[in-house]
Amino acid sequence: MKSSDKMILMQGNEAVARGAIDAGVDFFGGYPITPSTEIAEILSAELPKIGGKFIQMEDEIAGISSIIGASLAGAKAMTATSGPGFSLMMEGIGFAKITETPCVVVNVMRGGPSTGLPTKPSQSDIMQSRWGNHGDAPAIVLYPDSVKEIYELTIRAVNLSEKYRTCVVLLLDEVLGHMREAVVLPDLEKVKIVNRIKPTVPPEWYKHYQDKPKYIHPMASYGEGYRFHVTGLAHDACGFPTNRADEVKIMMDRLRKKITHHLKDLIQVENFQMEDAKTAIFAAGITARAAKTAVEKLRKSGKKIGLIRPLTIWPFPDEAIKEYFKDVNTIIVPELSQGQMLGEIQRVMGGIWNINTSKTKRIIPIQKCNGELITPDDIVNKVKEVR
Amino acid sequence: MNGMNEIRLSGSGGQGLITAGIILARAAVIDNAIVTQTQSYGPESRGGASRADVIISDKKFYFPEATSFDVLLALTQEACDKYSDDLKADGILIADSSNVKNVSVMDSTIYEIPFTNIAMEKLGSVLPTNIMSLGFLVRKTGVVSEASLKKAVKNSIKPRFHEMNIKALKIGFKLADKE
Repeated sequence: MKSSDKMILMQGNEAVARGAIDAGVDFFGGYPITPSTEIAEILSAELPKIGGKFIQMEDEIAGISSIIGASLAGAKAMTATSGPGFSLMMEGIGFAKITETPCVVVNVMRGGPSTGLPTKPSQSDIMQSRWGNHGDAPAIVLYPDSVKEIYELTIRAVNLSEKYRTCVVLLLDEVLGHMREAVVLPDLEKVKIVNRIKPTVPPEWYKHYQDKPKYIHPMASYGEGYRFHVTGLAHDACGFPTNRADEVKIMMDRLRKKITHHLKDLIQVENFQMEDAKTAIFAAGITARAAKTAVEKLRKSGKKIGLIRPLTIWPFPDEAIKEYFKDVNTIIVPELSQGQMLGEIQRVMGGIWNINTSKTKRIIPIQKCNGELITPDDIVNKVKEVR
Repeated sequence: MNGMNEIRLSGSGGQGLITAGIILARAAVIDNAIVTQTQSYGPESRGGASRADVIISDKKFYFPEATSFDVLLALTQEACDKYSDDLKADGILIADSSNVKNVSVMDSTIYEIPFTNIAMEKLGSVLPTNIMSLGFLVRKTGVVSEASLKKAVKNSIKPRFHEMNIKALKIGFKLADKE
C-alpha cells in the first residue's frame, strides 16, 4: 500500500478526537462551544462504538468535574472547550492538579475576553492556561501547529497526564481547530501509549500520594479495592485534610518538582532555520505557520533569520530560548494577544534586552487582536522596517 | 497543475462555500497534492460573510490562508468588492452575475456567469450553485483533476443529493467550455 493511499483530509478538531481515541481516552464529558464543538460531536459518535462513554454535561464546570470523577474511577478522560468554558473550568483544573488526577483539557482559543469572537482565532489564553487556577500549581500546556501535530500532541497530552498525574492542557486556536490538511496517521502499533502506574502493594498499605524520588507515584482507581480520600484541601499521603506545615510542604513541593525535575521530558521546541540566524522569531501555533513562510521569504532575500517554535508552552522553554538566542540581535515576537508571550521572552532574556528599541539586543512585538491572523507579510514588513 | 495555487471561495453563509472548499481539498488529496483548507465565517448559520480558502501545491508550504489569489470565486457583490483587490495580476475572477453586478478588476481574467439563476432554472434549486461553480472553476483552471473532483463530490455529499450535484457539476463544466 502506498502511503498516499492512506492519506486523508482531516480537520484539526477531528485530529484531536482521533488522537484521543488512539491514546486510549474512554471518557469525554463536556459542553459544546465554538470553535471546539467538532471534538465533542465526533467523540459522541465514536466513543460508544469502542465501549467508551460520552456525556454532555449541563455546563463546563460539570464537564471538568465529570472527567475528574471518571479519571478517579480509572478512565482516561478528556474535555474540550473554548475561552468562556475554559474560564469556568479553572476551579476544576486546580482540583485536578491538587488531587493529582490525570485528565486533559483542550482549549480551542477564540477571541476574548468574555464571549468575544466565537468564530475567530486568538492566542490570548496562553497566560490563563498557566495561571488561571488560583494557588501555586504546575502546568503542562502543549500547542501544535499542524493537523498531523495536533494528532500527535493530543496523544502526548494524554500520555503526560497519565505519567505525571495532572491536568494537561492542549491549546489550539480557531484556525487550527477548523483547518483541514492531508495527513497519514501512523499505524496504531507504532503509537506510544503511557498508562498510569498501578500500585503493587496490598490495599491496606496503599497511599494515594507518595514521595517517590522522581515524584512519579502510583495511582489506584476507585473500585479496585484500594481506599483513599480525595479532597481539594491540602492533604497528607492518604489524602486526608491536613494543616500541618510539614505535610503541606511535602504536597506543595511535589506538585512543583514533578514538573521542574522533568523539564527535558516535558519541553519540546522546533528549530526552524536558526543555524546562522541573527534575527529570530519566537511564535507558536497558527502564528508559527505565518512565521515559517516569512522566514522562507526573508531567507530568499539574504536575511539571516530563523524561528523557534515552542510545542510545549508551559513549562516555558527558558533554557532552549537562552541557548538558541544567545547569538541573535533581534527577537521578533508575533502573537494574537496583547503581549502574553512577549513578557515571557523579556523575562527569559533579561535586563539588557529591551522592547521596541533601535539598539541591538531588542525585542520587537507584532500583535493582532482583531480576529484576523498575523500574515507572513505582516512579519516580513516588520523585519524590513526595523532592519 | 504546477506550483502553488491560492483559491478563495467567497460569498455569504448558507451558499455552501465551506462545503465546496472541503470538496476541492478532498479532490486535491486524491490527486496527491499538498493542500490546506481554511475558512472564515460569522456566528450566524445563514447570511453574513463566509469564505473558504484552499491552497493546492506541489511542494510544502506553511501559511494556510490565501493571501493573494490565483482564483477568486465571488458569489455575492460584497465578497467581490472585498476580495478583488487581492487577486493576482494574472489571477482569475469568477463572479456569479446573478448577484454580482459590478466588477472592478483591471488585469485579471474575468468570468461573469449567473450560476444561481442557472441552478434555479435547470435544477429547480439554488442549493447546487456551489458545486456548479466549482465545476466551472476546475475546468477553467485545472487546479485538480476532474475525475478526482467527481469522486470528492460523491464522497462528500449525501447519496440522495448525488444526482442533482453531479448534474450541477456537468453544467459547470459545460458553461466553462462555452466561455
